[in-house]
Amino acid sequence: MTDLAATDALPKPPRDLLPVFLPAILAVAMLPLVGSGSSWVTLTVASLAMGMMIFIMASGLTLVFGLMDVLNFGHGAFIAVGAYVATLVLLPLAGWVQADSLWLNLAVLAPAALAAMAVSGALGLVVERVLILPVYGQHLKQILMTTGGLIVAEQALYALWGPQIIPLPLPTSLRGSFIIGDIAIAKYRLLAMLVGLVVFAGIQLVLARTKIGLLIRAGVENREMVEALGYHIKRLFLGVFMVGSGLAGLGGIMWALYREQVHASMGNDLTVLVFIVVIIGGLGSIGGCFIGALLVAMVANYGGFLVPKLALVSNILLMVAILMWRPRGLYAVTSR
Amino acid sequence: MIILSGDPPRSRALSILLIAIIVALAAVPFLFPGAKAMNVASKICIFAALVASYDLLLGYTGTVSFAHTMFYGIGSYAIAIALYGMGPSWAAIAVGIAVGLPLAALLALGIGLFSLRVEAIFFAMITLAVASAFLVLASQLSWLTGGEDGRSFQLPELLRPGTVFVKDFFGVSINGRTLTYYIVFFASAAMILGLLRVVNSPFGRVLQAVRENRFRAEALGYRTVFHLTYANCLAAVVAASAGVLNAMWLRYAGPDTSLSFAIMLDILLMVVIGGMGTMYGAVIGAAVFILAQNYLQALMGVASNAAAEAGLPLLPGLLHPDRWLLWLGLLFVASVYFFPTGIVGRLRGVTRPKS
Amino acid sequence: MTDLLKLSGVHTNIGRYHILQGVNFAVAEGKTTMLLGRNGAGKTTTLRTIMGLWPPSRGQIALAGQRIEQMATPDIAQLGVGYVPESMAVFADLTVKENLILAARDGPLDTARLEWIFGFFPALRKFWLSRAGLLSGGQKQMLSIARAIVEPRKLLLIDEPTKGLAPAIIGSLIECFAEIKRRGATILLVEQNFHVAQMIGDAVLVMDNGMIVHRGEMAALADDTPMQERLLGLSLEAHQ
Repeated sequence: MTDLAATDALPKPPRDLLPVFLPAILAVAMLPLVGSGSSWVTLTVASLAMGMMIFIMASGLTLVFGLMDVLNFGHGAFIAVGAYVATLVLLPLAGWVQADSLWLNLAVLAPAALAAMAVSGALGLVVERVLILPVYGQHLKQILMTTGGLIVAEQALYALWGPQIIPLPLPTSLRGSFIIGDIAIAKYRLLAMLVGLVVFAGIQLVLARTKIGLLIRAGVENREMVEALGYHIKRLFLGVFMVGSGLAGLGGIMWALYREQVHASMGNDLTVLVFIVVIIGGLGSIGGCFIGALLVAMVANYGGFLVPKLALVSNILLMVAILMWRPRGLYAVTSR
Repeated sequence: MIILSGDPPRSRALSILLIAIIVALAAVPFLFPGAKAMNVASKICIFAALVASYDLLLGYTGTVSFAHTMFYGIGSYAIAIALYGMGPSWAAIAVGIAVGLPLAALLALGIGLFSLRVEAIFFAMITLAVASAFLVLASQLSWLTGGEDGRSFQLPELLRPGTVFVKDFFGVSINGRTLTYYIVFFASAAMILGLLRVVNSPFGRVLQAVRENRFRAEALGYRTVFHLTYANCLAAVVAASAGVLNAMWLRYAGPDTSLSFAIMLDILLMVVIGGMGTMYGAVIGAAVFILAQNYLQALMGVASNAAAEAGLPLLPGLLHPDRWLLWLGLLFVASVYFFPTGIVGRLRGVTRPKS
Repeated sequence: MTDLLKLSGVHTNIGRYHILQGVNFAVAEGKTTMLLGRNGAGKTTTLRTIMGLWPPSRGQIALAGQRIEQMATPDIAQLGVGYVPESMAVFADLTVKENLILAARDGPLDTARLEWIFGFFPALRKFWLSRAGLLSGGQKQMLSIARAIVEPRKLLLIDEPTKGLAPAIIGSLIECFAEIKRRGATILLVEQNFHVAQMIGDAVLVMDNGMIVHRGEMAALADDTPMQERLLGLSLEAHQ
């Protein structure tokens, strides 16, 4: 690649950083309200972990929308499918899950996560070809088709696995907490944060450094011009859709382990949360989606602690507040 | 013609089907006075009105709302809470209506002003979020709503089955229950005819212009947000009224019968199967769907048992009556794709999709 | 001399509007052909139809003898067609460098060719790592053209490159088009400004109401003032 030293650079416009600091500001503002420092740390860690998991689920949705103006109302199905597929690996290998060895635990978690991502991603391929491509560019039908897809997927899960809740215990070495002084930090939450950060960094790296990433960013701005440069954007889109579905599957297994149970309705429930996150973040923006996920999780955790009654509608209040401030979400994507 | 607002069914087959449905619904108390048939018939009436109000949004303005059951639920709960709290009196019914309908309209106004400026897709997401929050709220505020159990109540004396008007009319007893059924029947019919008038008024034409090309409608000087919000409020009030009828018929309001996401899906299915943007589609969609729901499910049970006895794998699970929605979902996707104009469009011989 | 591009009886409908109503013309290889005509005559639609962005409803389009009217835009581009749209369509969120990396479809950027481009568009070197959204209108136009020529292309479709630009920048664009031609590319260029067209065009096509109403040598039209008035005076009136 040609390396040219830029002899000059245009003055950069001031970067819009306020949303970036929003989660930190919120966390600090909550400290006096929560009172106890140790509860605050626990709540903050819980928020970060939950936020990262929601981010993993939501990232695909927001990218798919940004790139092709397609909103998949059935996105939640990928989450649920990921969780169910994970049980196929985790339940037969319960011995390894229960073994008191981090390596054995990870040796069973990793293939479970990979299987969840692979199956969700493959399902994404089918959904894109069968439900989205035929009604490409027609919003109304897109919403109807993907909602129909969600019903079918949920019912198919009931038919295959039955309507009961499947318990999914955490691997032994991920249970419990690290205790530092009077602060307890759940081990699994740390793992969730780690995975979330890796996914976020990975997406950002791909978008910033690879040609595929450049194509995605260019496509978000101007689909037609990307095609006129000779790239098949629909193939690119299919790829992004499958990766997004796979990530939803990964989010599904993580959420299932977090709740230690699997149920077909989880896709439905999480869809709402994921939608709020991508709306808050600005449809199509990965950074906005990340911040939105953290904010939603923080409001849920702090809110649940401080005003349990309010927790039920806290997400809606957060969404209303953010949209009053920025009607197109924290980071509105240029072309829309 | 006047009563149909100059928008007749425009198809002989469709007219015959509609007349058959209406005559059958009107005659149910005399032909099939059993409790199950009456329940099915009144549910068809109520849902025909509810689906028609949804069609005003989906079919005529092209906006997808997932909050329609919320308004339906507001109507149901308003009447239930009023009758539960004030006792079975006509005043309580009046209070329920006087509180419920304006509340629904106000909420629709708020949502509309807040989110109708944006694209359809945004609106759909926001309504989904709001509706789910409302559902949680209704099941948590148990001191008011009765929580998951909901609220059962008594109707005023006149509307109870014990109030017999004619003891034996050709072998059928005409009582308060019959009267309630006809209130449901005529109120639903009035709402559907009212909506038919709305969509054929100049206002309705503007809505369709907005649906076809919002930008152009705006350029022509229509305040599209005003029109969309107005349509939204109107749909909300009709939905809440349908909710009132529903609660009165069931003498009960709870999350499952008036608020759940499953009802929202039922509404979507009915409007698509019947035919979007036609109003008549609501009547047909509701009739077909609810008849199928009540009578085909039994058939699925038989098939499932037969498959289980034959030792077939997977089929018993897929055919279990509880998996009824699986098949409906497939039917839904297929009808959006292959028959976007629904039954009404088919009968009218329209092959070109409207939107 | 062979024809690189040939349109026969091309009709294009956009929604209810019938924009191109039987367009016939050929573009000779190695020449710069100007497409003139008043606003709404169908010039932009012609370029977009060739590019496959609005598929024709009838007619044939051939590129070097190969039929392309049914092909998808990316496949047409891969046959060696570069497109500079009227809106320039630079990717504002990407840097100048990243815009050009995407345009170089077949491999890494060719340094020698870049130097050649910098020769007439020095601003691109200057702002190499700046976001394209921050460039001025003229610089964006330069980037958009650079994108189309960063790798050798057989045919360049360029839509009103001088629109709204300062005379000095127009000068460097004219120089650039001459350079591109010298390297053997064929250009089909939509232009409103007859003086500019006169300077760069070899052949000329005039459109009106979705049809070609005149085709010939640029020099012949430049010398024939009555014909200019008949064909293009119309356009002046239409502008006022």
